[in-house]
Amino acid sequence: MEGRDITKVVLLACGSFNPITNMHLRMFEIARDHLEDTGRYRVVRGIISPVGDGYKKKGLIEACHRVEMARLATDSSDWISVDSWESSQPEWVETAKVVRHHYGELVTAEQNNDDVDTVKYAKKRRIEDNTFEGSSHQINRDVPQLMLLCGADVLESFGIPNLWKQEDIVEIIGRYGLVCITRSGNDPHKFIHQSDMLWKYRKNIHVVHEWVTNEISATHVRRALRRGRSIRYLLPDPVVWYIQEHNLYSAESEQKNADVVLAPFQRYTGASSS
Amino acid sequence: MATRRIPLVLLACGSFNPITNQHMRLFELARDHMHSTGQYQVVGGIVSPVSDGYGKQGLALAKHRIAMAKLALQSSDWVTVDEWESQQPDWTETVVTMRHHYGRILKQYEQITGKDKDANGNILPLSSPSPQLKLLCGADFLDTFKIPGLWQEEHVEEVAGRFGLVCISRGGLQPERAVHESDTLSRHQQNIFLVREWVRNETSATEVRRALRRSLSVKYLIPDSVIEYIYQHNLYTEDSERKNKGTVLRPLTKQAGLPVKSLDD
Repeated sequence: MEGRDITKVVLLACGSFNPITNMHLRMFEIARDHLEDTGRYRVVRGIISPVGDGYKKKGLIEACHRVEMARLATDSSDWISVDSWESSQPEWVETAKVVRHHYGELVTAEQNNDDVDTVKYAKKRRIEDNTFEGSSHQINRDVPQLMLLCGADVLESFGIPNLWKQEDIVEIIGRYGLVCITRSGNDPHKFIHQSDMLWKYRKNIHVVHEWVTNEISATHVRRALRRGRSIRYLLPDPVVWYIQEHNLYSAESEQKNADVVLAPFQRYTGASSS
Repeated sequence: MATRRIPLVLLACGSFNPITNQHMRLFELARDHMHSTGQYQVVGGIVSPVSDGYGKQGLALAKHRIAMAKLALQSSDWVTVDEWESQQPDWTETVVTMRHHYGRILKQYEQITGKDKDANGNILPLSSPSPQLKLLCGADFLDTFKIPGLWQEEHVEEVAGRFGLVCISRGGLQPERAVHESDTLSRHQQNIFLVREWVRNETSATEVRRALRRSLSVKYLIPDSVIEYIYQHNLYTEDSERKNKGTVLRPLTKQAGLPVKSLDD
């Protein structure tokens, strides 16, 4: 049955991952189950893209550690992986640019695929191309759809002044798509309803309800670590070991960027870090 | 300093059908809390899955529940699985399981302290505290004390008074209220440790089984090794969930002195 009506999807999650927790990983699993359950999508890949150090968030430890922890955490997954492009940029990169970059990668990968297959499938493809003439997706028909995966808090952050450029939100949701994981207490539908822009693109916003509430947050993990409490079973064992081995997350590391203005605010308001 | 602390073993009784990350998290939270009292040194944790005779709906065979718990705890250096309770032909009262383990722990302790005496030629100071065993339970557990016919009064007395409880609460005043509403529990309040869990995590074995029946992912809710085991043995299907359906829980029949209801009923 799997044919042309099923769209391949790549899920992209942007964030601090400071550190990555089981909750981040659960979001991918829940999103995949939900999208595939609609019968319209097949999720082929998940990408974790930790933010760069230039983001200047309080307590944000070096990207190399955050990337490595995410890599360790996804070792056991056969579909989620980490990408360090965003984190290796010298300055903070707008999420819209990160999405664009990854979409570009997907297009390139597909073109390379096509080159390899050219001889064998040239004829078949020609036929399919003809069949699909007139479809708006015809050019990148084989390129998976890229969707940004996020929690309900990100959706609501669209309303915070100077955190997002409006045209970026339009691009992310209108051109790509959003998968938003929500838990009891949040009402993203109401939030979408109250924003004309979000409402316009509501069909590109997939709201997924998480039935089993799981509030593991990276903030909680860091707090537990500062207080010498156990963090086991909140994140994968290899990450727990990595944190111990490198002695990450102390009272000191939490003070990093303490008085610095978050990069997006700096960029959009012209504020400086004094 | 540390030697003056009371050595403490935590015992968790339950179905573990299947064991989840949240079960193991309870042990971590309890240990941290008991250490922070300054009075206890947690020296071990025991997971004791209930026997098949419990008669709970959807209860997988004990051998599977034991195997999964062992896989899950392979990486723990302080929590282990004990098969004694699960191997009893009939359901065992929690207090009986506690007595069994406490006897075992005391014997071990006497052997160790005895050896110390032989090696050093010294008698250990009298102040050296003997080990304790406490029951580790989740927030809803205290509420089971008031279900008619589930507990015998003298058993509640012994569990709370002689041994003690460490109860992980999910916020709200539910455990405090349960203690308040029971005269027995109130009397032993100083022996009931309520631990607040700040991260809401509603992972339950019931939710895990539900997700498995519906072919949804349970990754990161239970360890990978347990997921593999479940697939290998095809556990937790719609069929398995119907097991024991309509059966009265064994505690209710055993303690009421009623004839045991057949599982085929």
